[in-house]
Amino acid sequence: MKSCVLIKQVPDGDSPVVIADDQVSLKGEGITWTTNETDGYALEEALLLKEAHGGEVVVCTIGKDSALQVVKDALAKGADRGIFITDPKFDNLDSFGKAAIFAQVLKDENFDLIFSGLQSDNSSNAQTGLILAEFLGTSHATMVIGTEWIDESRIKVNRELEAGWFRWTELDFPASLTIQSGINKPRYASLRGIMLMKKKPIATVTAEDLAMDEIPALSHIKKLYVPRKTKETVFISGSPEEIVTQLTDKLENEIKVL
Amino acid sequence: MKIFAFIQIDDGVVNRLSVETLTGAQKLAAATNGSVTAVVFGAVPDDLKTYKVKEILNVQAAELEDYSPLYYIEALSRIISSESPDTVVFGHTYQVRDWVPRLSARLKLPFLVDCIGFKTDDNFTVTRQISQGKINADMAFENPSLISFQSGAFRADEVESGTAEVRAIALDLSAVPGTIRPGEKYQQARGSVDLSHAKVIVSVGRGIGKEENIPLVKELADALSAELGCSRPVVDYGWLPHERQVGSSGQTVSPKLYLALGISGAIQHQVGMKGADTIVAINKDENAPIFEIADIGIVADLFEIVPKLTESIKAKK
Ligand SMILES: Cc1cc2nc3c(=O)[nH]c(=O)nc-3n(C[C@H](O)[C@H](O)[C@H](O)COP(=O)(O)OP(=O)(O)OC[C@H]3O[C@@H](n4cnc5c(N)ncnc54)[C@H](O)[C@@H]3O)c2cc1C
Ligand SMILES: Nc1ncnc2c1ncn2[C@@H]1O[C@H](COP(=O)(O)O)[C@@H](O)[C@H]1O
Repeated sequence: MKSCVLIKQVPDGDSPVVIADDQVSLKGEGITWTTNETDGYALEEALLLKEAHGGEVVVCTIGKDSALQVVKDALAKGADRGIFITDPKFDNLDSFGKAAIFAQVLKDENFDLIFSGLQSDNSSNAQTGLILAEFLGTSHATMVIGTEWIDESRIKVNRELEAGWFRWTELDFPASLTIQSGINKPRYASLRGIMLMKKKPIATVTAEDLAMDEIPALSHIKKLYVPRKTKETVFISGSPEEIVTQLTDKLENEIKVL
Repeated sequence: MKIFAFIQIDDGVVNRLSVETLTGAQKLAAATNGSVTAVVFGAVPDDLKTYKVKEILNVQAAELEDYSPLYYIEALSRIISSESPDTVVFGHTYQVRDWVPRLSARLKLPFLVDCIGFKTDDNFTVTRQISQGKINADMAFENPSLISFQSGAFRADEVESGTAEVRAIALDLSAVPGTIRPGEKYQQARGSVDLSHAKVIVSVGRGIGKEENIPLVKELADALSAELGCSRPVVDYGWLPHERQVGSSGQTVSPKLYLALGISGAIQHQVGMKGADTIVAINKDENAPIFEIADIGIVADLFEIVPKLTESIKAKK
């Protein structure tokens, strides 16, 4: 079985979110970059399936120079090879454009399974894996919270639905799966894994390598701004002791839960 | 603008988010001097006929009786091609997540997801949240477009009522490949915890840092005679069982008090708890979206507050 995992580099949750002067992008300063949360679960699921049924796991990202790190991290955890797609022309793509590039790069690889996260933590478009499924003509399932390998041509996946409901779905290969968090317990890279990583191949792909005159874009950001608060929140401040005294008073006399 | 509103039917009942979205479609129609057509796959529930729309387009095919993505995609793709709406709006349900992105790729139409509103003042734009709800983005795109709206973007109780004619369209979907085969739906066995009736919930998020810190909030919950709730990552990491998860894929709660500790307030968490009478949030990040919905906010390190709060409450009893 041959799997690809799409991994996106995103700012971590504690990074400052500051709008740039152009008002359509975010400032890059002070950001700590990390692997998108659900992509980590996607990688782990691909590695578990490989360990159980054999095959290869390839990781692929589109990003700036710094994004090479998410490929290396995945290789250190056990992925076999990486594809690093990078070009200034690929900044600020929408999901359609990204999926078009992935389709172009991955089409001749004939993957049985393509894994992605169900959505990215920063842009939350939740679409890349599905658009790619359409471009490559694969089956698909979203919000996958469990997998069960059937044979060389089929897989069963458990899809999460709202409010504690689930649905098993059988898919023919090739299939594109978007993975929900909590499906597994992602591993940490071992020291040996980090050593092995250094010898694993990473192919770099730039705009020139792709026979694409223009990257399609169907939407673009017109303006970014900080949301205006709609609710009157009463803030309690002071030293921890003062906060606790005030809060206890409110719990007792206003909310009346004591 | 010629607006189509896709109405999701779950077990014969109109999905609540679809009703909210219908409200949004009606507002958009009013702003653009346009019309709303409700699009329904399979049987049309009677209550749908009580909403104000130009018509109900009832798409019929045996394969549409139960949800299956490739049939849904093919059906709506043909309807869009033959009826040429300017925009099709959806509620951002888990089901919509599973098929509309692929529909957008097939038709090469932009799909703006999880939007919280639209603007028609200048050009038609929609607003979506990025960076975990910390930033709003007004999005520009070409029509025709596909747009999904977030839970709470519009109010179901503001939907305008009226009457509507049903127009049926029968489709032959026999050529659609059967490479995706959904099975039966099932519900996870209910655990012993029922948060939906809890009067006080102390809820803990990723801000708690590690499993060893959970007893800290458990003690606070005990002091308050409260149930312990949590956000999704806390369950993903195995720190608390799934039956304590609050949110779109967990429980929906409406306690007298919801005390959120180290929870950022993502929309998927909010939909499960925004019905609480009073929301108190402790978060070290003043820009955390939880403060958008909190009645009482405390910008602080929860580890400096929670143990003292537990003591203070115990002293009252
Ligand atoms: C389809 C789908 C379904 C989902 N279903 C659910 C669901 O049912 N329930 C749910 O909760 N989520 C759900 N999620 C996930 C959701 O999007 C968020 O990722 C999640 O709610 C974040 O949890 P959190 O707030 O605990 O963590 P984070 O977003 O990481 O926030 C942690 C917060 O803790 C604060 N913090 C850190 N340290 C401290 C400290 N010492 N003191 C005080 N504050 C601190 C930080 O400032 C931050 O705001 C779903 C997502 C998707 C896409
Ligand atoms: N630039 C990227 N590089 C690699 N994978 C990506 C990229 N953008 C999106 N993806 C994948 O698509 C998923 C959904 O992202 P999005 O559509 O941006 O919400 C992510 O979780 C990744 O698996």
